[in-house]
Amino acid sequence: MNLHKLSSRLCPTVTQRFRHLHIQSSGQQLEAVSEPNLLSVFRTSEQDPSFHSERHTGQYYTLPAAHIQKLFPHGLPPRFQLQIKTFNEGCVMVRPPALELISYLKKADYSKPPLRYILYGDIGTGKTMSLSHALHYCYTQGWLIVHIPDAHLWVKNCKELLPSSSRPSRFDQPIQASQWLKNFKITNERFLSKIKTTQQYVWTKRERTEKGQPLGELVDQGVNRMKSSSDVVGAVLRELRLQAGGATEGEGAFKLAVAVDGVNALWGKTSLKKEDRTMCEPEELTLIHNLRKMMKNNWSGGAVLTALSQTGSLFKPRSAFLPSELLGEEGFDHMEPFVPVSVSNYNEKEFESCYLYYLDRNWLQHPHSLSEEGKKELIFLSNKNPSTLERLCAFL
Amino acid sequence: MAASGCRGVRSILWKYGSCGKNFCLSRSKTVPQLPVRQICVSSSLWKKNLAAAGPQKFTQEFIDKQVEEFEIGKRHLANMMGEDPETFTQEDIDRSIAYLFPSGLFEKRARPVMKHPDEIFPKQTAVQWDAEGRPFHFLFYTGRQSYYSLLHDVYEKILAMERHQDKMRNKGLFASETKQILLTGSRWQLKEEIEEYLVENISDHGYMRLIQLLEKLLSMPYCSLEEDFILKFRKQLEVQSSKHEIPALQHDPQGVAFSVADGRRKTAKASITLRDSGSGNITINGRNYLHCFPLLQDREQLMFPLHFVGMLGRFDVEGSVEGSGHSAQAGALRLAISRALLSFVSEGEVERMRQAGLLTADPRIRERKKPGQEGARKKFTWKKR
Repeated sequence: MNLHKLSSRLCPTVTQRFRHLHIQSSGQQLEAVSEPNLLSVFRTSEQDPSFHSERHTGQYYTLPAAHIQKLFPHGLPPRFQLQIKTFNEGCVMVRPPALELISYLKKADYSKPPLRYILYGDIGTGKTMSLSHALHYCYTQGWLIVHIPDAHLWVKNCKELLPSSSRPSRFDQPIQASQWLKNFKITNERFLSKIKTTQQYVWTKRERTEKGQPLGELVDQGVNRMKSSSDVVGAVLRELRLQAGGATEGEGAFKLAVAVDGVNALWGKTSLKKEDRTMCEPEELTLIHNLRKMMKNNWSGGAVLTALSQTGSLFKPRSAFLPSELLGEEGFDHMEPFVPVSVSNYNEKEFESCYLYYLDRNWLQHPHSLSEEGKKELIFLSNKNPSTLERLCAFL
Repeated sequence: MAASGCRGVRSILWKYGSCGKNFCLSRSKTVPQLPVRQICVSSSLWKKNLAAAGPQKFTQEFIDKQVEEFEIGKRHLANMMGEDPETFTQEDIDRSIAYLFPSGLFEKRARPVMKHPDEIFPKQTAVQWDAEGRPFHFLFYTGRQSYYSLLHDVYEKILAMERHQDKMRNKGLFASETKQILLTGSRWQLKEEIEEYLVENISDHGYMRLIQLLEKLLSMPYCSLEEDFILKFRKQLEVQSSKHEIPALQHDPQGVAFSVADGRRKTAKASITLRDSGSGNITINGRNYLHCFPLLQDREQLMFPLHFVGMLGRFDVEGSVEGSGHSAQAGALRLAISRALLSFVSEGEVERMRQAGLLTADPRIRERKKPGQEGARKKFTWKKR
């Protein structure tokens, strides 16, 4: 079947051995027989996302641990983080949506305004993971990453909502902002000293940041002083916007990748209330306001990668997954024109790959799951939906 | 009107206490042996009569008269319905009565019915002693004459069989493998059924004793001689799987086989089309089943019939379901899928499915709320005083 096609591209002797392993009774330990340099059919040795192509679809590649720590201090979905901890490695499947996104990123012209990519699809089909894959590509290419792991977290469950110090009608969220700044610092360490501020920022009567200071100072200012952290975020974003496409040669050149997951939160409703018990609009939150400015294409030298999310969204029906439904009219007009990338359930080959990966990691402990019957049951019960499959296998 | 009248009379008599009692006693004794309609009676007499008298007794003349009336009534009914009185069967009678007296009552036994008096009036024993008071049957004074006479008969047969056996042995024609009576597909008659046959009450111990004797009879060789007698006490069981009607297998213009079936569970109605040579897609109400049933339990219910026959990836299911909640909808779909599968599956598989419970409609329905209680079972807070 598909196993055959995959394996025929690699060493034929490997195939024989692998099939032999499967045909053996379930009591046999797979690990004892496999060697470290054995190429499994569902893994690829290509660790660099820029070299991933169609022939790698369905195969898992490993995210280096150092990269995970730096690039995704907060970025990966919580279940995936648990999986990394359990399996002792972070493996991501190479899938067509991510490959499409990476190919667009490769071909785009960065002297023009940024292209906005929206990953959309049904619940649990792998939008966040594809986004992470593309982001990993950007990171390996040396881009500056602005990653908001879930915009929904900024519009709900906020314990402290302070009126903004700079503008009277806005609200600040100091905890979220400072948290994000800390993570931003971890991801983009090397850029912080190179980029300089272009204008003076006055925070309070006694604090100010001069023109020409390294960005690192600005970030520290936000981390240390919680009160003004939301405004710092706004300032940082503004600086990056101004300087992204700036110098094409020299030390200051960098490309900016803005990645937002759950971008429909920016234009939806919040569940936060003001002091007079009326609902807060997303416009009135500083963080959201600044992020919206980032989403516009009035700057150049980067790309905007976003993914929609219904799971965390407020007041949206579960069946909604199209951009027009989730973004709403306002959001759609704002984001237009954009490049939509659709993400769907696993096809047969990808399902096969995922199944083999779980078997390899000894995640499927139930003896029945090794047989063809068990596999058919898994296909039926999960309908090849990645997240459903993951949750299903969690207790097998 | 008579009822209200007698109620009124009864209430007056109640007030007059003892004098009313005497008056009524004399009145009731003079009434002949017809079905007694107690017109005026005091409360104490009323209560006593119910306990002691037992079920009403009908005389043979009364029963005969009822049979005559039934036959005449049957012919009248046939004439009314415009059908031939000669070939008017009991089913026709039932149909006509249901038509002429439409009833909205839920309990089928409360609806108007016209049946032969033998089915309506319970069987009663005729008088068992002659004019001088001497009983006919020799076992009358045991109290249960038919039961003991039956036991006697069975034992007689056992002895006869043993004698027969000895005779055959003497002749040298004894063969141990004789024709055996086929007992599969039948069961012993229940205690209630034997009671009905004997028109007598039997105790549990007595019933067991009878069955033991019959089994002893069966265990002997040459029991095939008494086959008819024994089969009188066995009841045939119907083959359950023949009751299911298999939906017809239809074909698409493209030649793809499909079948349509319905299912119900607890107010949820489902109807599906099962198509062959598919890839295991399931669409319900136009949406994917992963959207309709996010709960794993519901999807497992859908999977059960297909997994049981081992045809998981073979069919495409397209269905619509409405009513009730998600669990009931899943149950209704499961029943519908099982029924549709009957046309794709062999006879033996049908029996297996029936035994697995896939083809049985779940009869459980929401229980009614009763007055005086919070819900169906929940009572109001109990206060001691």
